[in-house]
Amino acid sequence: MRHIISILVENEAGALSRISNMFSARGYNIESLTVAPTEDASMSRMTIVTVGSEDVIEQITKQLNKLVEVVKVVDLSEAEHIERELMLIKVRAGAKEREDMKRMADIFRGRIIDVSDNTYTIELTGNGHKLDAFIQALDQGAIIETVRTGASGIGRGNRVLRI
Amino acid sequence: MDRIKGVELSGAEIVVRCLQEEGVEYVFGYPGGAVLYIYDELFKQDKVRHVLVRHEQGAVHAADGYSRSSHKVGVCLVTSGPGVTNAVTGIATAYMDSIPMVVLTGQVPTHAIGQDAFQECDTVGITRPCVKHNFLVKDVKDLAATIKKAFYLASSGRPGPVLVDIPKDVTTHQCEFHYPETVTMRSYNPVRKGHAGQIKKAAQLLAEAQRPMVYTGGGVILSNAAPLLTELVQRAGFPCTNTLMGLGGYPATDRQFLGMLGMHGTYQANMAMQHCDVLLAIGARFDDRVIGNPAHFAQNPRKIIHIDIDPSSISKRVKVDVPIVGNIPDVLDDLLKQLGGAKTQDIAPWWKQIEEWRARDCLRYDRKSKIIKPQFVLEKLYEITGGDAIVTSDVGQHQMWAAQFYKFDKPRRWINSGGLGTMGFGLPAAMGARLANPGATVVCVTGESSIQMCLQELSTCKQYRLPIKIINLNNRYMGMVRQWQQFFHGNRYSESYMDALPDFVKLAEGYGHRGALIDKPADVEPALRDALARKDELVFLDFITDQAENVYPMVPGGKGITEMILSEEL
Repeated sequence: MRHIISILVENEAGALSRISNMFSARGYNIESLTVAPTEDASMSRMTIVTVGSEDVIEQITKQLNKLVEVVKVVDLSEAEHIERELMLIKVRAGAKEREDMKRMADIFRGRIIDVSDNTYTIELTGNGHKLDAFIQALDQGAIIETVRTGASGIGRGNRVLRI
Repeated sequence: MDRIKGVELSGAEIVVRCLQEEGVEYVFGYPGGAVLYIYDELFKQDKVRHVLVRHEQGAVHAADGYSRSSHKVGVCLVTSGPGVTNAVTGIATAYMDSIPMVVLTGQVPTHAIGQDAFQECDTVGITRPCVKHNFLVKDVKDLAATIKKAFYLASSGRPGPVLVDIPKDVTTHQCEFHYPETVTMRSYNPVRKGHAGQIKKAAQLLAEAQRPMVYTGGGVILSNAAPLLTELVQRAGFPCTNTLMGLGGYPATDRQFLGMLGMHGTYQANMAMQHCDVLLAIGARFDDRVIGNPAHFAQNPRKIIHIDIDPSSISKRVKVDVPIVGNIPDVLDDLLKQLGGAKTQDIAPWWKQIEEWRARDCLRYDRKSKIIKPQFVLEKLYEITGGDAIVTSDVGQHQMWAAQFYKFDKPRRWINSGGLGTMGFGLPAAMGARLANPGATVVCVTGESSIQMCLQELSTCKQYRLPIKIINLNNRYMGMVRQWQQFFHGNRYSESYMDALPDFVKLAEGYGHRGALIDKPADVEPALRDALARKDELVFLDFITDQAENVYPMVPGGKGITEMILSEEL
């Protein structure tokens, strides 16, 4: 099953590599990984999307907790949570396609953030499925380039991850 | 140590001062360019003694043997680049067996890092997967606090090696020296006490058990829990087995001890492990060499209580019913209190069954052989030393025979590389053990293949007058490899024969030691007695043993632990 694991980790050199090393050394899978500092600059927050049985996810959280620089670990998918991912997608938008492409971006609540004679760059936010759906909805030949951040997640309501 | 106001020390001085503050007796190491300033400071003082090895792997194994035999943190010091890469095998060995150790490594100057400088390697990167934690110190102001953290991390929680990488320029930069008294880390807070509710549940299960079994590992040794374990087992009247790493955790000569379990465990221990109804696992991790195939192990229903300091060891290979995370002595203390009033079951039928298994006498071997049997040498060694020696071993058949035939009644007497299985471990580990235990009889049980992997340390033994007794069980084969080839590869002894062996007697003499070759069973005892009587000499005993001897019982890889090959069945 797919799980979203959120990690608070000391913002120190090597911390990312310790975590990614642990996944590869133990044969766990990383679908996506995002990391950036939190409001407290001494600490980073990482979101890892992984796939595994309950036993595997239990070991992953235990092995993460064992790393000296890891402050806290939570499996967001255990309860209500919100998940978002950002995609920037550059598409062909010549005279013929311009109108259609604009409409398509609007339907998905995307924003056109860069325009040239024959391209649009569209910013789109949502969960992974929404981004996938947008890609599917486009004429495949129209896609020039895509870049996705991988999922970030946060618990709903009073569910918080902090120290 | 208070801050010395206004006085600035160099990074190198700080390193040595930190070691003094930690009460470090010995540093095992090898100098080189990046650590010259540290060596210069070591030279100027006499509190911390340096032991010069002949290869960095030896330094780490020696620090490891020092730690295992003494419960102190082992310390080693090596230079950058090849110094580090040579040390990696030793670090990985210590990591797999959770040995508290601090490894100080030199690094090229900070401005040269990443420039492919002479003797540069990415030390922190290379060692990351085989240390509990590691640090690169880029500012001399962080040096003392980092070394303090390293000692704290190495010795607390589940112990392990911690590496501190120190660039050469940091050893020359200066700052005030202040050694912190305590360490607080928001990301690292090992537990001590076990969960009271879980301990109560465990006590209930144990009280209801019809066929209880106690299975303990290296955690009992590392946490100094042997006396409490012994009290618990004896009070409850339960059978007990130890893993290879756990030998000495419970007295081997006691009737309740079933011997070691696992791939080369005794028949009774493996059978009892499989057929018990309540299993109390303490400081052990159900690894592949211990329980064999986990699916086979799960075929017999049983309740499992698992006590360990490391949550990730629990329910890793085997699903556990009552997990208890905590420091073993604390948990056992609470468990003993809980068990105090509880009435246990009559387990006489279980013992009757176990005694039937024991009666198979699975360690039997041919005592009338005209060729020296390795088991015979170890039995004699046990008799003559009264079970009181510190025994280190290398890896292979000799290691298993030592574990089976030398009865360890006390912890920290049996020192071997159980997790990583590092050939070459035995001799340097014996050096460390002897330095930690002056006056103790220290024996290295080895084979002609293993001993050649760290042979150069015979020179270190000479320099520091370490009177180790080397028991070389010389069968002219990589014995365990040959055994597997015999059993599983159609007797094709691919590259497992040791051709062109040195004359070990002359070799020992060449290093300034005494050597003897023994090729008749009748000479075994006199040779051992003579060697052990020589308190000030290293003696290398080269026993020419039966080439065809195998270690029994044996559980083939991937099989269940009761699917043993026994000697009489072949």
